[in-house]
Amino acid sequence: MPGLEDLYREIILDHYRNPRNRGELPSPPAVRTEGFNPLCGDEVVVYLKLADGVIADLKISGQGCSISQSSASMMSAAVKGKTTAEARATIRAFRSMMSLHEQQLDAPPAGASLEGNGADDVAAEGQPGDQGVPLGDLEALQGVVKFPVRIKCATLCWHTLAQALDEAEATAAGP
Amino acid sequence: MEVTPAALDVARIKKDFPILERQVYGKRLVYLDSAASSQKPLAVLEAMQRYYETTHANVHRGVYAIAEEATRLYEEARAKVARFIGAGSPEEVVFTRNATEATNLVAYSWARANLGPGDVVVATEIEHHANFVPWLQLRGEKGTELRVLRLADDGQLGLDDLAQVLAGAKLLAVTAASNVLGTLPPVRQLADAAHAAGALVLVDAAQWVPHMPTDVSSFGADFVAFTGHKMLGPTGIGALWARRELLESMPPFLTGGEMIRDVRLDGFSTNDVPWKFEAGTPPIAEAVGLAAAVDYLEALGMAAVRAHERSLTAYALGALKEHYGEDIVIYGPPDPALRAGIISFSYKDVHAHDISQVLDQAGVCVRAGHHCAKPLMRRLGVSATARASFSIYNDEADVDALVEAIAAADALFG
Repeated sequence: MPGLEDLYREIILDHYRNPRNRGELPSPPAVRTEGFNPLCGDEVVVYLKLADGVIADLKISGQGCSISQSSASMMSAAVKGKTTAEARATIRAFRSMMSLHEQQLDAPPAGASLEGNGADDVAAEGQPGDQGVPLGDLEALQGVVKFPVRIKCATLCWHTLAQALDEAEATAAGP
Repeated sequence: MEVTPAALDVARIKKDFPILERQVYGKRLVYLDSAASSQKPLAVLEAMQRYYETTHANVHRGVYAIAEEATRLYEEARAKVARFIGAGSPEEVVFTRNATEATNLVAYSWARANLGPGDVVVATEIEHHANFVPWLQLRGEKGTELRVLRLADDGQLGLDDLAQVLAGAKLLAVTAASNVLGTLPPVRQLADAAHAAGALVLVDAAQWVPHMPTDVSSFGADFVAFTGHKMLGPTGIGALWARRELLESMPPFLTGGEMIRDVRLDGFSTNDVPWKFEAGTPPIAEAVGLAAAVDYLEALGMAAVRAHERSLTAYALGALKEHYGEDIVIYGPPDPALRAGIISFSYKDVHAHDISQVLDQAGVCVRAGHHCAKPLMRRLGVSATARASFSIYNDEADVDALVEAIAAADALFG
């Protein structure tokens, strides 16, 4: 059975205790998007400001467990200053890391190790063009997939970011 | 004078529950989530196994021996449950899937036949979604009004404006025991006030029937909903008790086989109560299991069950406060005499999910989340709480394991 050390890596606890990019942005001009996890009541609010196809600023508010909060913090650090295309590639790579492990959980016999599945293996399973997307600190969250109930905690903010990007790009495209 | 019931022999009771021999992460299983679903004694498991091995056939149909036996066991289960809750007759007990289906039966059958635009339904802020969402949905469909009795700061329902809230109401929907706070609203007082205002009363007794002596007539209610899996019985069976004349006046909820008397090409007539509300093949083995659960509880004595859980709750409230003082917030009435064996808490600003995850590693099972009571969570100003809840198989060692495991959560997150 997986232990707590698989879940609560030091870097996760650091982001939980010292969340990056926490706060709000005036909306408009920023896009404000809410995400809810109906199972546990967690909520995340993403404020996203684009300039010339680049994430010029991004803030996170809301409340939730250490996994949802640290995932949001790491996500904000990973995509801020990136182009929307790069941000979307990161979203795909992250989701892929989560779902890849989810599938693998069903495959091997109980107790089989999931170690050794680095981001490179993971990205190869993602959408074309995601190869080599560096997940950096985010790789610390791969332990979450050993605790299937918590996967939604980790992915909530990523779904919300994807939605925010859709809305921001639709707004930017304008009528 | 209150007679003191004999104390439960918890060490012996634990031996009746095979799952409690299990280990997780190399630790003894400490199950503190009976408010979500209780564990099952061997007697229940064996009764169901025996039924399938020796008796199973569909009920109310065949004329052969095992079909008659199955019908008899199913109806004996109904009679047993009826006696257990003080019902006037077995025909007042409708078997459902669970308490949620029981409240929905009232909403779909009685309420849709009797309520229309502007009619008032009163619910409370502490209801489980199962006794709240049906009334929100009815409002959307029928244009009824939904009024809400609020929670006061002492963990009890605020009753200062009771008469105003109930004025002109057609239905009061109230829990007998809050699944989050353990609060035990004064159901009799509320029912009398509701009746005086001309309203019927639906009591959600899902957290009451498994833990307290139950007498539906002393509730003064018209409908009482509860479920089997929280009272040592199997999943898939619950019940709605209602006054017979009410059941007779109500249209069927689900239709099909079993609930029918006659069907022609141009119409149908329904079976007698309670079968009118039991469309399709019912949960027969589950009824047999539920009857065994009732036998088990009755052998212990419900007064003894309540006394045990009350004393354990007092011990837990004391131990948590003694160890964690201001760092722990316990919701609901502080007096253990005024609450069921349910303790929802927050620890510092550690999220309930994280507490529950750390506790799990110590073998301690508690619920984390909104407990299907989001209006109440908003009132408490939290998105989630951790919740420990007790049953007959819990003892002080289980509470000590909980207290100790919270320290591990503190070490990680505090």
